Amino acid sequence: MKKTALFDTHVALGAKIVPFAGFEMPVQYEGVNAEHEAVRQGVGVFDVSHMGEFFLRGEKALDLIQKVTTNDASKIDIGKAQYTCMPNGKGGIVDDLIVYRLAEQEYFLVVNASNIEKDWNWIKEHNVFGVEMTNASDEYSLLAVQGPKTIEATQSLTNVDLSAIKPFSFVEGTFAGCENVIISATGYTGSGGFELYCKNESVKKIWDALFEAGKAQNIQPIGLAARDTLRLEMGFCLYGNDIDDTTSPIEAGLGWVTKFTKDFVDADLLQKQKEEGVSRKLVAFELIDRGIPRHDYEIVNENGSVIGKVTSGTMSPSLKKGIGLGYVSSDKAALDSEIFISIRDKGVKAKVVKLPFYKA
Amino acid sequence: MSIPAELKYTKDHEWVKVDGNIATIGITDFAQGELGDIVYVEIETEGDTLGQEEVFGSVEAVKTVSDLFMPVSGKIIEFNSKLEADPELVNKAPYGDGWMIKVEIENPAELDGLLSAADYEALIG
Repeated sequence: MKKTALFDTHVALGAKIVPFAGFEMPVQYEGVNAEHEAVRQGVGVFDVSHMGEFFLRGEKALDLIQKVTTNDASKIDIGKAQYTCMPNGKGGIVDDLIVYRLAEQEYFLVVNASNIEKDWNWIKEHNVFGVEMTNASDEYSLLAVQGPKTIEATQSLTNVDLSAIKPFSFVEGTFAGCENVIISATGYTGSGGFELYCKNESVKKIWDALFEAGKAQNIQPIGLAARDTLRLEMGFCLYGNDIDDTTSPIEAGLGWVTKFTKDFVDADLLQKQKEEGVSRKLVAFELIDRGIPRHDYEIVNENGSVIGKVTSGTMSPSLKKGIGLGYVSSDKAALDSEIFISIRDKGVKAKVVKLPFYKA
Repeated sequence: MSIPAELKYTKDHEWVKVDGNIATIGITDFAQGELGDIVYVEIETEGDTLGQEEVFGSVEAVKTVSDLFMPVSGKIIEFNSKLEADPELVNKAPYGDGWMIKVEIENPAELDGLLSAADYEALIG
């Protein structure tokens, strides 16, 4: 089992540690509801250094990225980032990821921890372009500083004007005295903030500086449990739950990052799906009757026939009701469709709703 | 971690307080800590007579759901209705206001098979 460079810090803070994607990760500190609230109303810091980082460099780096991903990477200017996914050649998804353009011919890919090796091999297999590939996952740490008070809490740590960094943009600069930190206006919570990519040897210094600088804003450490409730309130997909090697980007509602203006793996197959329609779709639902949906619970219709499955579910800490994502047959995917979640053999009434669940 | 000496325990982390032929039942401080923030206690068995180790309800935390098991056989005569509005009472006072059900004990001999505070402490070590 791997550990992030901050493992001892989490233990000293009294975090509950769980195995996740091959890492021993902090799942909670004070408690999931308090941590969720801290991010929604204030500012919190997540150690998500388990995430993978690849550098792609060379004249044809863009060609390789265009080939393996669904979104149009030619639109990414230097200093910008883009959410995208990689189809697996059979209509499923290898991973979802963020592509950063660092320089004219240099890109930085951030992938899910559980998929680092699979992604690396997949991209390598398609690298007929002579692109120089570096897997820097073991050398890089990632801190997500999230919440409406992020800038107020952290601006003193850098000369970079944080308020000038627009969503899905980034600046490489000095942060807490550490050079070459990628300060990226991205995140997985819907509450704003930044993600800070740095070398492992800098991360403790940055972590400590964040907690010192953010004292007045009551900055809090946040575990993976709250990361999950926060992302689910926004309806952000989690690889391994909502998308995987058996779900297509079109089924998963990722058509907005699937651009047929270029050639890529599975382009023909996915275009056909888009034009002809798919038999199931990922929908967001909230429970009307009391209950909490969970991963793998069946979704049934009014007659009790199975029409799909829950892929993510929780009690929403912000909304105080059961919310979830799941695949249902396409005839039940329209907004306001009445569906039922099978919870301990009972059909609990739910309805299909628009994302996000939580609006700031 | 609180493990009151006067209570009996199960390996499934329920506690039992015996008063005459009535058992008050809840989950332990250890259990609530492991579950994390409790958001829903579902008990729809009030009035039912259930056997030892049968499921009498479930407790849902933000991240997990766990079944609740009868430590002893008997009729469920009362459910702590305060938990409907305030499930977090189980976190705040697992042995007090966070109690879950009262049971009319059917077979007092079953009490002898439950764990003492010392046994339970050793179990969760």
